Amino acid sequence: MPSDPLVTQHVLEFPGGYTRSTGPVVGRFLSELRARRIVGVRTAEGRVLVPPLEYDPATGEPVTGEYVEVGPAGTVTTWNWVHEPLDGHPLDRPFAWALIKLDGADTALVHAVDPEHVKAMRTGMRVWPVWRDQPTGHITDISHFVPEVTKIVSNVRGEYRIQAGGALRVFLEGIERGVFLGGRCDRCDKVYVPYRAACPECGGVIPDTLELPDTGTITTFAINNLPDPRAPQVPFVSAYILLDGADIPMIALIGDVPAHEVRQGMRVKAVWVPESERTASMANIRWFAPTGEPDVELS
Amino acid sequence: MREVAIVAFAQTRHTPHDTGLSEPELILPVINEVKERTGLDRFGFTCSGSCDYLAGAPFSFVSALDALAAWPPISESHVEMDGAWALYEAWVRLQHGDVDSALVYGFGKSSLGDLRTIMTLQLDPYYLAPLGLDQLSYAALQAAAVGADRKELDEIVRRSRADGRANPYALDLPDPEGEDFAVQPLKQTDVPPITDGAAAIVLAAGDLATELSDSPAYIRGIAHRIEPHYLGMRDLGRSASAADAARAAGVGKGPVEVAELHAQFPHEEIILREALELTGDTVINPSGGPLAANPVMATGLIRIGEAARRILDGHARRTVAHAAGGPCLQHNLVTVLEA
Repeated sequence: MPSDPLVTQHVLEFPGGYTRSTGPVVGRFLSELRARRIVGVRTAEGRVLVPPLEYDPATGEPVTGEYVEVGPAGTVTTWNWVHEPLDGHPLDRPFAWALIKLDGADTALVHAVDPEHVKAMRTGMRVWPVWRDQPTGHITDISHFVPEVTKIVSNVRGEYRIQAGGALRVFLEGIERGVFLGGRCDRCDKVYVPYRAACPECGGVIPDTLELPDTGTITTFAINNLPDPRAPQVPFVSAYILLDGADIPMIALIGDVPAHEVRQGMRVKAVWVPESERTASMANIRWFAPTGEPDVELS
Repeated sequence: MREVAIVAFAQTRHTPHDTGLSEPELILPVINEVKERTGLDRFGFTCSGSCDYLAGAPFSFVSALDALAAWPPISESHVEMDGAWALYEAWVRLQHGDVDSALVYGFGKSSLGDLRTIMTLQLDPYYLAPLGLDQLSYAALQAAAVGADRKELDEIVRRSRADGRANPYALDLPDPEGEDFAVQPLKQTDVPPITDGAAAIVLAAGDLATELSDSPAYIRGIAHRIEPHYLGMRDLGRSASAADAARAAGVGKGPVEVAELHAQFPHEEIILREALELTGDTVINPSGGPLAANPVMATGLIRIGEAARRILDGHARRTVAHAAGGPCLQHNLVTVLEA
């Protein structure tokens, strides 16, 4: 006796498939599908069967021969969710089987629904057919159903040319040289950075620039989990930094430190790109990195 | 109506895998067991239920006759349905009055192929089969239509598996664990086990019943009803045909001590309890039912055998058996048995 199982593969197949007569009722339905219409058949009692049958299942009477166009949209009455589609299924991604009561029908059609996500499925939802490119007169001429359009995506995009004149230009020219330029309002005794032409409190003119160091203290910060082209990685930290000698913080990225180690009162210093790459742009500053000095008590 | 009784029932120790036995080898022991128990070697009529698509071999049921001693020629028939319908045909045949005994058997090896997609082949070839709608997909549609409480479904599976562990013929399955979906809302644990097995029953009419058994299980009512095949033509949340069959068989004419239901999925048990109007006094599927052993094409016949066994062994006076065929309980057969 052999100790291993004696196993072979066996395939049952009818090459080319069976040829099946449709009869007049199923044949009419499939012909209408090929023309991208869905029809039901009216029973003697006036109900519309979709898909059509030759006999009314409720009474056994022959149907009337009156065909009624239904749908193409319908309402889902029952549905399930296939997490892992089989080879023979209509879709190769997770989808729902559903009973769909097409508009004008009294019975429900069994078909597949592709809502993109199970969370979009619900009983009572409206669905529309997606037709196969080359209908042949087969139930699969309807590839599947999709939810009714209930929202669209509007893209908004405008292109602008922005010129830095005035105070901003003065500030950016400082950045190009590797310094932060602010300004003092003598009346309010406050130092603002970036440099501005007028004091936002009293409206007084700020005539002169003032060079500030590139070190400061984090006053508050946020951990960002959405990617941003300017950020080193996700998550990244953006922070308010009070430059030494300034009275108003400016916003900048924090780098060279894990996000969870960033804290209020942390001492930081700007990380500049190499001098040869500098332009009159905030891109000159990669981010601010911790200096390692003791934290500062914030007032 | 001629009085017909079940006088013997035997089933295999079902397996969750292919043991390599041929179909005649699978059924031979249960045929011999009911022959020994009744002392009968020849029967007035023989009828079997099986499905060629399970083994993927045309007329595979013919070779199963090798287990019967079919020469000189016997009066024999077959249904491409669960063995429960073979029993129905045998019961009708015994009503003719010219023969007094019948051998009924059902068998299936669902381990050989992919049962889930083999079941697609039973669907209508125009509207359903081309979509690739499979067994778990249509069962999940019905489960969604029932919308039963998850705790109730889990409890049915837990109870069925526990009862199955106490039944030496059923599979030894652990308490259900895990939340994975098969096809949502069906969980993996809601799916009946792949099972190979067979069962046989002997029917006797008139005086022969009491000659062969001290306590025959008399068939007091038996009826089957069918619904439209297409799922969208029915209310999947209930079973009108099971209810009609139960009324025709007279289920409600007396108390039901035990009901063996051909509920392959827990939501089917909920539908059937309602259709058969079973109360909390009825013990449901003490054998473990199809959730503990599901030898397809014998599962329904085993329900009748298990319901009869309670009467044959003197433990019950009135029991009910249910068998089903087709997608989503399309076709239902209800049998009422009494001491």
